Amino acid sequence: MVNWPNFISQCFNGLVLGALLALIASGLTIIYGTLGVLNLAHGAMFMLGGYAGWLTYSYTGSFIAAVTGGSLFVMIVGVLVERVIIRHFYDRPGEDQLLVTFGLGIVFVELVRFFFGSLSKTMPPPLPLAGITSLGFMLYPTYRLALLGIVAAALLTLYVVLYRTRIGMIVRAGIEDSTMVDSLGIDVYRVFMLVFGIGAMAAGFAGIVNAPVVSIAPDVGEMILVQTFVVVVIGGVGSFPGAILGGLIAGEIISITSMFNPGYAYVMLFVAMTFVLVWRPYGLLGTAGRE
Amino acid sequence: MKAAAEMLRQRPFLAEILTAIGLVAAPFVLPYLGFAPTTINRILIWGIFGLGFDILFGFTGLLSFGQSAFFGTGGMIAAYLLTVVDFNHVVPALVIGTIITAIVGYLVGLIALRRTGIYFAMITVAIAEVFFFVEFNPLSEYTGGENGLPGVPTPSIRLGFTTINFSTDWSLYIFIAFWFFVSVVIALRIVRSPVGMVLRAIRDNPLRAAAVGHSIHGYKLTAFVVAAAYAGFAGGLLGLMQGFMPPDAFMFDTSGQLVMQTAIGGAGTLFGPLLGATVWLYLQDFLQTTLHLGASWKLVLGLVFVLLVCFLRRGLIGGIEDLYALVITIKKNYELVEKAPETVTTAAEEQKTSEAVIARERVVTTMSAPHRATDRRSDTILEAKAVTKRYGGLVANNDINFSVSHGERRGIIGPNGAGKTTFFRMLTCEVPPTSGQIIFEGRDITGLTVTDVCQLGLTKSYQINQLFNRLTVRDNLTIAAIAERRGKFRLDLFRSLPSIPRLTEQVEHTLELINLTAWIDTPVAQLPYGEKRRLEVGLALATGPQLLLLDEPLAGMSPGERVETVALLKSISRGRTMIIIDHDMDSLFELVESVTVLQEGRVLVEGTPDEIKGNAKVQEAYLGGVHGVLAAE
Repeated sequence: MVNWPNFISQCFNGLVLGALLALIASGLTIIYGTLGVLNLAHGAMFMLGGYAGWLTYSYTGSFIAAVTGGSLFVMIVGVLVERVIIRHFYDRPGEDQLLVTFGLGIVFVELVRFFFGSLSKTMPPPLPLAGITSLGFMLYPTYRLALLGIVAAALLTLYVVLYRTRIGMIVRAGIEDSTMVDSLGIDVYRVFMLVFGIGAMAAGFAGIVNAPVVSIAPDVGEMILVQTFVVVVIGGVGSFPGAILGGLIAGEIISITSMFNPGYAYVMLFVAMTFVLVWRPYGLLGTAGRE
Repeated sequence: MKAAAEMLRQRPFLAEILTAIGLVAAPFVLPYLGFAPTTINRILIWGIFGLGFDILFGFTGLLSFGQSAFFGTGGMIAAYLLTVVDFNHVVPALVIGTIITAIVGYLVGLIALRRTGIYFAMITVAIAEVFFFVEFNPLSEYTGGENGLPGVPTPSIRLGFTTINFSTDWSLYIFIAFWFFVSVVIALRIVRSPVGMVLRAIRDNPLRAAAVGHSIHGYKLTAFVVAAAYAGFAGGLLGLMQGFMPPDAFMFDTSGQLVMQTAIGGAGTLFGPLLGATVWLYLQDFLQTTLHLGASWKLVLGLVFVLLVCFLRRGLIGGIEDLYALVITIKKNYELVEKAPETVTTAAEEQKTSEAVIARERVVTTMSAPHRATDRRSDTILEAKAVTKRYGGLVANNDINFSVSHGERRGIIGPNGAGKTTFFRMLTCEVPPTSGQIIFEGRDITGLTVTDVCQLGLTKSYQINQLFNRLTVRDNLTIAAIAERRGKFRLDLFRSLPSIPRLTEQVEHTLELINLTAWIDTPVAQLPYGEKRRLEVGLALATGPQLLLLDEPLAGMSPGERVETVALLKSISRGRTMIIIDHDMDSLFELVESVTVLQEGRVLVEGTPDEIKGNAKVQEAYLGGVHGVLAAE
């Protein structure tokens, strides 16, 4: 029999995980949509965010400083990676882009392992958000509840940036046709650099705010990357709403399946992905031709 | 590359012989270079794993990050049979593991190949992760979960009178090297077969591969299954070599390592993965044991890999080939400088071209009309009935009725945006019409695929060149010709290309027809534009079409090239039905017998070139309402 309080709390966990995946997938999908590069180092950006946040926290003791510092750090890393390496790969075959970002991902993971070791690090939630809150019908960790709000706020910010600002309009135009944007007299390379930075920051931010929930280790990014791929396949490449829908679906599938048997979480995720591929090959909210 | 290909043509079994020599020599040479026997065995296993992967990635262009699923599956099945089941026959266990893995690969391929490009990469990653979790949890009873399966016996072969045991490292080397050799021979056969040629075509230009009549999904699935089988076999060998089947064979790292080794060595060469594995495993040993770097060996290898991808695009083998080509060019240039400037060449070339013209005339007269006699001028070969195409609110083609008779040469003209190309795309079934019907040779082809229609004898040359750029002119035409010779899908994995009846003749005839014989072994990427344009027509021609559609065959040509191409088109039109779109009306009117004028998606008028030239409506369509002025002049 299903244990209802447990079920509801798992649904909540799914929501939190889903929101987190949505944020990471948005980063991946806007980078892919604009630059045409599938960033296989995206999981490493998530991991780097976690470590940068943890390091800032251990020096300052401030959660806010950790989030700000960590996000900025990952953004700078993203911008540098685009400027120094990815820029030289726009004219090369898609496989080369996959190879180089895959290699970069390994370099980042191994660098972190080199400096901080393989053991996992923990970061406590900020004090006002520690403990447990009663929602009337169930008890739930306060930070996880707050995390839902934090990630929702981040997604909202990303939405506002993408849909309500000039730069966002350029990015969305770039997703449709970056050659056209270029010929309109907009320096598309500067936009690419910025988008790669923002996309990386989305993953890095998720890595920091998730650190108090799941401890960080050099290889946390790998698992997240795989889940993000499923999210993007379900939602549709290049679609911001698709990333959110896909994220929530994937989060719920993982959490609810885990309640019965964690071993099948991936199998169910995979089944969902297969259904989408058969039923709507371009993803739930995707458009044909974006690959 | 070219030199290597030439060498292989002269000595057909060179690669096999060199492999055999290398395998025999390795145990005598490599230990002096610091290779431990287990490292050598491991390199060979990764080499086998990589042979299949290279067929998938290097030859077909499908980058999978999920090969660990098959490596693990094959290994686990063989290990399970040999340990838990007590099935005491090593080689049959390996074969069973390979077959089951191939079946699993087929099922996975059905899902993963629904998409291409990055989607394919992402889906393979996700599927491999599923295998990893299934191995660790639901199936841990059978696979040992995180402990793996220990106690895999070393191989032994019973010969009735005696039993050979491969229990030491070097005897295992003999066992593995034997299987490596077998794997290489099979892979080389596949790569040299018609299927291998189609796989390269898919890598270079999947759209055109389908358009010349190959069922590309079937061939991609074939490559995927072959790669899975190789992975499964290599996985089985891993268990035998270690005496233990490790669960980490299923990990994402395994797939990643395979991809990196292949990229380091050079994809599309079959031996790239072996070279990559050699570098990788040697460096791993060296960094760990000699330099005592501990776990950071992976950091160094990661950096090496990133640098290699940045600066050596085609891997080590590609780098060696480029270097070789550079040396050859320098040598040639040097020789040229040494010799006195020659004026003889131009004379020789002139003679060559005139010879080519004579040869072409001869071919044109001898080459029989494809498939059937064409004296049935009266009956219709192609008919479009009320064909309409809408893109959202835009009506690209509106209620077009159109029919062409056998042997006819028809031109289609119309201002830009009249819907000519859309109309062609519907006739060749690249896009389905929104409504209406297309009848070819009395058969309703509406809704068929471009591949099926090409197999029926209707194909098109494209407005923008759609060639197989990394392949030679000969290979390009071969790809088109084998579609006609062997149908849209056939699994002749072990057949050699020359054994296909009349293939060489067909390719050579087409070559002479389009006057590219002098360029036969040139990679397409190096051809001048006019030659590329002729090859574009040649690709369509080599499929042996009864009805040939030409979309702006003269586009972008110089006046001289136009004259030459018009003559070429005239010569190939003998015994064929052709429909030609072009903007160069003088050339077009010279070529065709009748003309259809499209305007704003509708048929404006039809008639002979002379009728069209004098038609006021046509003049108005092109010049926009000033025909009164023109008529007055």
